[in-house]
Formats: sequence, structure tokens, C-alpha cells
Amino acid sequence: MRHETAIRVGPVSFRIGSAWRAPIAALDDLYRDYPAAYGVPDYTVRLEPPRPWRRVIRPQVGIAGDFTLPEAVPLPLAHGLLAAEMGMNLQMALGHRRHLLLHAASVERDGAALLMAGESGAGKSTLSALLATRGWRFMGDEFALIAPATGLAHPFPRPVSLKNESIATVAWPGARSGPVLVDTPKGTIRHLAPDPASLAAMDRPARPALLIFPRFGHAAAVRAVGAAEAFVRLTEASTNYVALGEAGFAALTRLVREVPAVAVDYPDGASGIAAVEALWAAR
Amino acid sequence: MIDVVRFRAPPAAALIAAPLDGLTAIYHRPSGTTHLLAEPAPQILAALADRGLSLHELTAALADAYDLDGSGDALAERLDELVEAGLVEAGLVERA
Repeated sequence: MRHETAIRVGPVSFRIGSAWRAPIAALDDLYRDYPAAYGVPDYTVRLEPPRPWRRVIRPQVGIAGDFTLPEAVPLPLAHGLLAAEMGMNLQMALGHRRHLLLHAASVERDGAALLMAGESGAGKSTLSALLATRGWRFMGDEFALIAPATGLAHPFPRPVSLKNESIATVAWPGARSGPVLVDTPKGTIRHLAPDPASLAAMDRPARPALLIFPRFGHAAAVRAVGAAEAFVRLTEASTNYVALGEAGFAALTRLVREVPAVAVDYPDGASGIAAVEALWAAR
Repeated sequence: MIDVVRFRAPPAAALIAAPLDGLTAIYHRPSGTTHLLAEPAPQILAALADRGLSLHELTAALADAYDLDGSGDALAERLDELVEAGLVEAGLVERA
């Protein structure tokens, strides 16, 4: 590849190659405060034109790498940073086997981790970013990495991807932000790099202590979730539960038996934060 | 001559069970599939783990521990579900 960079996020390292300079420059800027990558990368992402002339004429960024989806639609060059982020997610979702991968945001306080699992739009990115402005350590807004051997949650603090209205709601002092990407398949997106303290601690795992299933845009409500329901919801929220086989079963049953789970409906960010912090204090 | 269907569950070592507040998560090692079972399904699997039993024998084996109706209809339904899920094998037909 003409241009490339190396990125390490927690226990996972990526090599990103690109046919254009701009996506690599955007990555290098957004990931500037991350601890250095070392050793052989776990995954390679390649940003390349689907046809040779698409490098120059109305450039299109195709997402390829060690693991690819044949139906992945290329993005315009202006969205090259998003393509790189999607490429890294793809490698994790399709290839990662060292940890049980939960589609969940995680933050840490007093050495214990709070996991927030939910579909896209449930508000886990916004909640985790808001909590990070209130003294919590940001561990990630996309994937929680559960080590099968220990049950610990490992940080995977990728830049937060804020969408549409939430871009205005999160002000993260000292955070490095990417360009505003308009008209992407997910609407307007802006990436926000976590604060330097969270990044410096990205090699420090934490024991999960509370599991929350947030739901944004509903009247405030809190409901205890039983271990069986949490188990089913998390098998659905995991991208590699089936692939991990017995190790995944052991890790997930242990998690739902050891960690209390609560469903939290909230109408806006402030009440969501209040509910989460009250549950944390009462756990 | 009566056909007797015998039911058999995998040996205990082929299943990993994790009780989760009232339900039981079962990992079936040969297939790698996960099942979430309510009572009395885990008890049926335990009773059928060592030996094949007919519906009649199974009803007798579980009757003491569970309040089963005499006809065994409810048990037959649970058995059908377990066969459907691939956790119990049916069809060892014998001439009695």
C-alpha cells in the first residue's frame, strides 16, 4: 500500500494501509495521543479503490483487510476516516477470538467496570462519553473485551463515534476530535478521541461490577434483569459468542452470574447519567 | 406386539449446565449449540443420560420429584421439544 500507519487499541494492534494519504493523515491525527503500537499487528485493514480509476476519478474507498464482507459498500474519499474505523470494527467482529466480544460500552471507576450493552442508537456511546467527563475512565464505546480465562473486561478505547444530535451534547475537555463527516450512511458523524488519562490506562483491565442495558428516548424506568435474560441479550450482543464455543459459554455464564444487570430507559442524557450513577452507588 | 420408543440424552460429559435464576443454560459440546431450558427439561436430560428410557419409565423415574399428571402428556411434549432441539435422541424402537 502507498500509505500506512500502525494503531494499537488496548490489547489489539492494527496496520492500516491506504491508496490515499488523506485517511492515514486523519488517523494519525485522531490517534496521536495513543500509546505506540509494537510487534506484529493482529489485523490489517486496507483502504483501496474498488476499480483502479476510482483512486483518482470520483475516488471511492473500499474496505478490505484480513477479513472482508463482500457486500461492503465503498465510501467517498471524504469519509476515508469512517472507512478505516469500519474496517477496524470489521476485523474485530469477524476475526477476533482472544476475548469474548460484547457490543457494549464500558467505563471504569474505583477499579471496577460498568458495561452498557445495547443496539446502535441505545445511547451507549453518548452515555460512556458523558460519564468520562465526570471522573470515569473511558474503556470503549463499541466493544467490551471479556477475557475468557479471568472474566476481566479489557479496555478497547477507540475514538467515540458521535452521531447526529449527540455531537452537540458531548463536550469532552482535552479530547482530540476528527472532522465532521456529513451524509454518511449513519448520518452526520464525528469521532472523538478519548482523554489522555483513559488512553494511558488502556492496558489496565477491570473486573465487571454492573451491567446496564440502556434505552434512549423512553420515559425514565429502571428494571432488574435476571441472569437468564441478560445471558440471552448478551449472546445477541456478541459478535463471536458462537465462534468461541465452550470458552464463550463459560465466560458469558460467569459474567451474568457474577454481575447484576439492570435495564435503564431514559429520555435524555442528564437523566441517563443520574440513573446510571445512582445504580452504581447502590450496587 | 407393541413398539416402544426409547429416549436417550447425551452422556453428562457432553453437556455443560449453568443454572441462571430458575432457568438452565446448557452447552451441547458435540454440536457447539447453546440452549436455555426451563424445568423439568434439565431433569429429563439427567434421567436420560445414563440409559435409554421409554416414556413410561421416564414418567416413573421423575414422578417422585415432580407433580406429573398420570397420562404423561406434558412430559411427552417436553420430550418432543428436546428431540426437536437435538438434545435427546428418540427412535430406538424395540418390540416389547
